[in-house]
Amino acid sequence: MLSYISGRILQSILVLIGVTIICFIMFQYMGDPALALAGMDATKEQLEETARMLGLDRPLYEQYVRFLWRAVHGDFGISFMTKTPALQLVLKRMPATLELAGTAMIFATLIGGLVGVFAAVKPRFVASRLAMVGTLMRITLPTFFIGILSIYFFAILLGWLPPFGRGDVIGIGIWSTGLLTVSGLKHLILPALTLGMFQLSMSTRVIRGEMMEVLAEDYIRTARAKGLSVLMVTLRHALKNALIPFVTIAGLQVGQLIAFSIVTETVFQWPGMGNLLLMSIGQNDQPVVITYIMVIAFIFVFINLTVDLTYCLLNPRIAYD
Amino acid sequence: MDDYVIQIKNLHTHFFTDEGIVRALEGIDLDIRKGETLGLVGESGCGKSVTALSIMQLIPQPPGRIVKGEILFGRQNLLALGEPQMRHIRGNSISMIFQEPMTSLNPIMRIGRQVAESIRLHQGLSREKAREQTVAMLAKVGIPDPLMRAENYPHQMSGGMRQRVMIAMALSCNPELLIADEPSTALDVTIQAQILNLMNRLKEHMGTSILLITHDLGVIAEMAQTVAVMYAGLIVEYAQVGHLFRQPAHPYTRGLINSIPKMEQPVPESRRLPAIPGTVPNLLELPEGCFFRNRCTQSMDACAKDVPPLMDLGSGHTVRCWLHA
Ligand SMILES: Nc1ncnc2c1ncn2[C@@H]1O[C@H](COP(=O)(O)OP(=O)(O)O)[C@@H](O)[C@H]1O
Ligand code: SF4
Ligand SMILES: [Mg+2]
Repeated sequence: MLSYISGRILQSILVLIGVTIICFIMFQYMGDPALALAGMDATKEQLEETARMLGLDRPLYEQYVRFLWRAVHGDFGISFMTKTPALQLVLKRMPATLELAGTAMIFATLIGGLVGVFAAVKPRFVASRLAMVGTLMRITLPTFFIGILSIYFFAILLGWLPPFGRGDVIGIGIWSTGLLTVSGLKHLILPALTLGMFQLSMSTRVIRGEMMEVLAEDYIRTARAKGLSVLMVTLRHALKNALIPFVTIAGLQVGQLIAFSIVTETVFQWPGMGNLLLMSIGQNDQPVVITYIMVIAFIFVFINLTVDLTYCLLNPRIAYD
Repeated sequence: MDDYVIQIKNLHTHFFTDEGIVRALEGIDLDIRKGETLGLVGESGCGKSVTALSIMQLIPQPPGRIVKGEILFGRQNLLALGEPQMRHIRGNSISMIFQEPMTSLNPIMRIGRQVAESIRLHQGLSREKAREQTVAMLAKVGIPDPLMRAENYPHQMSGGMRQRVMIAMALSCNPELLIADEPSTALDVTIQAQILNLMNRLKEHMGTSILLITHDLGVIAEMAQTVAVMYAGLIVEYAQVGHLFRQPAHPYTRGLINSIPKMEQPVPESRRLPAIPGTVPNLLELPEGCFFRNRCTQSMDACAKDVPPLMDLGSGHTVRCWLHA
């Protein structure tokens, strides 16, 4: 077990180093950072001075090692636009994105789980068939379309919910949360539902599929032959077996949610990391873009690690040693 | 009637599939005496498992449905019971073990808990008491070091050990009837003998009646007192074991007996056993007359007209064949 964990951690570190290399190479081809920092009207001397200050006159490998060294110490450079540390800028936006993605994920998993299990246990019910058609429809529709539609319907036409923004937030240490104010919660509903709807549809279908497969297993028949009720068999024997493969998918989904949140954050003007990313790309604010990518990569790797370990804990058939 | 643990009368179970109605059982009659082992034999696909699952009322529904018949267990007709009453009978008065010990246990639940689950459900025991009884039961079915083994997951055990766990689970509530659907088919020969031996011993000890399903007449000869031979959803012959082997009355039974490898004349590896030529008819479109007609070497004109009724040959030996009319 211990060697498995350390192996996975080592693997994760290698992945992160890989991401830094790709980032580094990619940005060799994306505009001149010196120009972006010094401004359009800078003189040739000013440009050279800025380039020297950024270390752009050094050989590439040296630049990379310096970049890596600083990254390890949490230094991703200064935003060209705001002249503040890029990491700080990104991290400040993180609570908004994580709260949005987290809410969307909980919504998607809970509802998706319930509907999926129901549709598997009672496949012939009209509700089950409707759920299957509905989820398929949602999967084929783009997120921004759903977002705009829901703003039009719930915010403009019905006026039930605010159309954009995050509402009032409360700071708890470095974390600013919208979950503790009525206005924050109200603002969260539409974007979270919009963002989570796709994952909800996927979860419903995946869980239904897993569940149907499990329900056809011999050990389910054994459990019924013991005299257990269908409900008990579903809860005690089928559900856990169906959820084990779902854990892997759920991990991927959290990653997808954070990635998809770029679209949702833009539609709802949600002040999260995705919003910041789009803005920074527009302004060629390279340190911020790189920081965003590295932070996201870190989150992905962390989630994957958690998922793998959870999978091992849930599934006694995996031998770690 | 008190001599019988279970009496099945004119049981019809059909599957309503997209291709049509699969008539898996077309009027089964089967009586099992208290304390005896009844062997149910027949080729694969003839309806043995459907018979077992019909008794348990675990036919997958839809597409399956018990269309007609009676299953008398003691004085009650199981088919007239509601699901809650049936749940009380399953695993308690009638229990079942299955062919595949590899897949019949929940892979992510410790085997001790799986056995204890039955005990707690039907006997309302506390967790500790159920655990004690579980360990005792595991010891009874010959699992060495039962206290430690109870903590194992199924994948940590061999096929034979898993089948012992299934038997422990099935017998944990002292059932009146144990249905064993090909309990040893998936195991290798030595383990197979051990499992059958164990079942015989426990049957003597606990007085349980057994419905033993198999496609192997050799197993029947070892285990059963009475035999029912099944073909395409019908019982075609029913007799005491001795009668059946000495005077098989149905051409199908004779074919089955001839296909048993003889000890005194070992079959060379290269030669196939003399299996019965031809295949089981499609249950979707059963032929007129005797279902065995297309494979029978003795068929006559009469065989094409009607399904032969059960004919009594005396001393409880019955057969469904026009040869005995
Ligand atoms: N769930 C089902 N749906 C449709 N047909 C079934 C189903 N289960 C069993 N059958 C049919 O019933 C017949 C008897 O099957 P079974 O009792 O399993 O045979 P066996 O004697 O090998 O145990 C087979 O022809 C099979 O096709
Ligand atoms: S009834 Fe006719 S066809 Fe059927 S088994 Fe007897 S002899 Fe053969
Ligand atoms: Mg079978």
